Amino acid sequence: MAENGIGARVLRKEDNRFLTGKGNYTDDINRPGQTYACLVRSPHAHATINSIDISAAKAAPGVVAVFVGQDLVDDGIGGLVCGMSVAGKGGEVNKAPPRNVLTIDKARFVGDPVAVVIAETLAQAKDGAELVNVDYTELACVVATDGADKAGAPQLHEEVPNNLALDWEFGDSAAVDAAFATAHKVAEIELINNRMVTNPMEPRSAIGEYNSGTDETTLYLTSQNPHVHRLVMSAFMAIAPEHKFRVVAPDVGGGFGSKIFTYNEEAVCAWAAKKINRPVKWTSDRSEAFLCDAHGRDHVTKAEMALDADGKFLAMRVTSYSNMGAYLQLFSVSISTLFHAFLLAGQYTTPAIYIDMKAVMTNTAPVDAARGAGRPEATYLLERLVDVSAGVMDLDPAEIRRRNFIKADQMPYVTPVVHTYDSGDYDASLAKALANSDYDGFAARKAEAEGRGMRRGIGLSAYIEACGVAPSAAVGSLGAGVGLWESAQVRFNPTGSVTVFTGTHSHGQGHETSFAQLITERLGVPIENVEVVHGDTDKGQFGMGTYGSRSLPVGGVAIVNACDKIIAKGKKIAAHTLEAAEDDIEFADGNFTVAGTDKTMNIAEVAFTAYVPHNYPEGVEPGLDEIAFFDPLNFSFPAGAHVCEVEIDPDTGTVEIVRYTAVDDFGTLVNPMIVEGQVHGGLAHGIGQALLEGCVYGDDGQLVTGSFMDYCMPRADNLPSFDVDYSPTVPEHNPLGVKGCGEAGAIAAPPAVINAIVNALGVKHLDMPATPEVVWRAAQAAG
Amino acid sequence: MATVSMTVNGQAVSGEVEGRTLLVQFLRENLNMTGTHVGCDTSQCGACVVHINGDSMKSCTMLALEAEGAQVTTIEGLAQGGEMHPMQQAFQDNHGLQCGFCTPGMVMSAIDLVAKNPNPDETTIREQLEGNICRCTGYHNIVKAVQQAAKTMGG
Repeated sequence: MAENGIGARVLRKEDNRFLTGKGNYTDDINRPGQTYACLVRSPHAHATINSIDISAAKAAPGVVAVFVGQDLVDDGIGGLVCGMSVAGKGGEVNKAPPRNVLTIDKARFVGDPVAVVIAETLAQAKDGAELVNVDYTELACVVATDGADKAGAPQLHEEVPNNLALDWEFGDSAAVDAAFATAHKVAEIELINNRMVTNPMEPRSAIGEYNSGTDETTLYLTSQNPHVHRLVMSAFMAIAPEHKFRVVAPDVGGGFGSKIFTYNEEAVCAWAAKKINRPVKWTSDRSEAFLCDAHGRDHVTKAEMALDADGKFLAMRVTSYSNMGAYLQLFSVSISTLFHAFLLAGQYTTPAIYIDMKAVMTNTAPVDAARGAGRPEATYLLERLVDVSAGVMDLDPAEIRRRNFIKADQMPYVTPVVHTYDSGDYDASLAKALANSDYDGFAARKAEAEGRGMRRGIGLSAYIEACGVAPSAAVGSLGAGVGLWESAQVRFNPTGSVTVFTGTHSHGQGHETSFAQLITERLGVPIENVEVVHGDTDKGQFGMGTYGSRSLPVGGVAIVNACDKIIAKGKKIAAHTLEAAEDDIEFADGNFTVAGTDKTMNIAEVAFTAYVPHNYPEGVEPGLDEIAFFDPLNFSFPAGAHVCEVEIDPDTGTVEIVRYTAVDDFGTLVNPMIVEGQVHGGLAHGIGQALLEGCVYGDDGQLVTGSFMDYCMPRADNLPSFDVDYSPTVPEHNPLGVKGCGEAGAIAAPPAVINAIVNALGVKHLDMPATPEVVWRAAQAAG
Repeated sequence: MATVSMTVNGQAVSGEVEGRTLLVQFLRENLNMTGTHVGCDTSQCGACVVHINGDSMKSCTMLALEAEGAQVTTIEGLAQGGEMHPMQQAFQDNHGLQCGFCTPGMVMSAIDLVAKNPNPDETTIREQLEGNICRCTGYHNIVKAVQQAAKTMGG
């Protein structure tokens, strides 16, 4: 292993600026002549817009301009788009109702933007927005996930009868029905996967700027994927031509999915900057983020498992609703269908699986990908159902899992729901998790806790996810509008230092460090001589961005492939300089050496020669700068086993996680320190969903949980320290042997926590978030 | 508009503010010291924590005018002579930050925590940091960082 190469716990290169207040987030940027935008938002969940009177706002002090939706339409600006379509029953593709940047006819959720006021100061913009007089006629609204398609429910869009955006099924229903008909036992559960507000700590922000001299538009943006933002806003919205449009995503303070999507506010800033020929800045306050950022999850589900006499899973049936909110976002319907159903085999050999999923529209904020995106929902229902099955069969939860695991020697394993798992040893990870958590000692700990009047429970979660998204042909066949390859450019500077351009984007994941480790490993360049550049469409080549735990499995491979091109060219240059045959040149630890001799040339010398080619091989281009694009051959399949142990005070309903053990298979770890951090953060997200976080709308469509005072984010004193360990297997199709780690905790934790709570209380089920009230009521009912 | 004067990181500063201008706005907009962040609008997240006369305060919770004459320390004022404060160093050593957005407030709160509790145990650290929300780290490594810094700062 090279020093600071793959496997080293290298401290992060990016930390210094974040720790000294020198981070450069979008809201930290101010442009000369900048104005400030404030959106006028609907206070109603569902209302017809009769008229919008902007005269008073336009006359207000400091107000520069006021625009409504029709102004953008008149300018030829397109609406927001759904980027992935899914074919439902009978081949009918999901409904994708149009969405104007500023809604014109109707407001469909509280926070739906109807106008924008742009002023000299933010305070003046806010004051001006108060003066926009919108005449609404309030309409009845619908918010319930499992009520939106019922007869008589208020209709959101003419294009979406019964609010049913997609009626989708997948799997062999006949085989499933047959298995249930002959099953020894059937386990079933009804559960809710609670809606979450993603809440990265940095609120979204955008600054649009137009240069009339060059006809170029620049958008500074909190984005996980600046090239994709530019593409969507050019190709579908006509904000600016792609080659005249620069999107800069500087330091971004967390994303977790919510900063993938194209939003109204950034489109307004980019468009209005040209309209008024001045920079336009908008920064969300947290209340707006609660109202308008894409939310996550929100399923209402019934799941059933057919079992034979040995507790083997014969078939699974899932009937579910998923809530899309008021408009379809970039991925919306694909999350609750493709990214959800295709993981329903989990780690098990269940031969027949069928799912019926209805994706409905409601008068709530749009729902889209959020950390895990479909896979947490699949894992939660499956791992809860497995525990219920264990109860039905009177088997230990670990034992029923072992009886149904796909075995390591069955890899690659073709599941009945599309995916082919390439690697994994689920018995090994479970065994390690049980050992690390002292599963066998639980009974004694439970007895001790009962002596103190406490209820103690233990819960398992054996999860799998499909990430490293994704093979372009595969996602194309599933309805994606883009390919999901990734790109890298590895550029040697004449002095031997390296600049790496990646198409992924780091918003906390530490790419500037772990990607530099790849360069150090492959090219032998000291890590301090490597700079990783991302987040600016004018600097780097096109790339697809960061989500779906794809940056290392896809983007990292692109980097090492570019390194291989560097080495291949370097060999030609070294062979010429060292007067040897190219085939005799070996490359290791940063040195090109003539095999069997001490004649050698460092890669920095080769780079200098490439830029000062006075004595240079014929037919070889000067320079040392290579681009690679990598399209993965398969998804990657991180998996693992988690064990949660809780102690519950039955008098207060308070749940304390007294022990949390994670054993994960991420393949090769490039920087174990960063991987651990990703696991910790994912676990906090998953435990937050299980115990604390729940986005609640009233029946009137008003957001009840609209601030950090109402929506309970995990705080330090809600969480334990975590026991994190690994059980790696090697994915053959990935040249780096990596799988991705950013979503695992959020996927694995919710069922582990709830399984532990129901184990402690001896109840069949309780829904998330398991707040003290929920747990107290369940404890009282259970006696 | 009114004039407000204070000392920020050892430098005397003054500026014109509205009555409604928050201290965090004064720092970010008047002084262009953008290390102090705004993560919420209900004084919950703690991204804006600074020290006022040595005590940690949420700078979104006070008006700029309330800081008249105060000694203010922000994240930009911690490193001395190119050396990070032991708490900053501990955050790096323990990977106590990811996206970095909550980090300035977290570090400022943690320094005050250790100043008032020189040998904090894990429970104390977790309870004392309840006013700072981090979405990235799950707090595990933040707790380790504060434990390390408590040793360095004490010794």
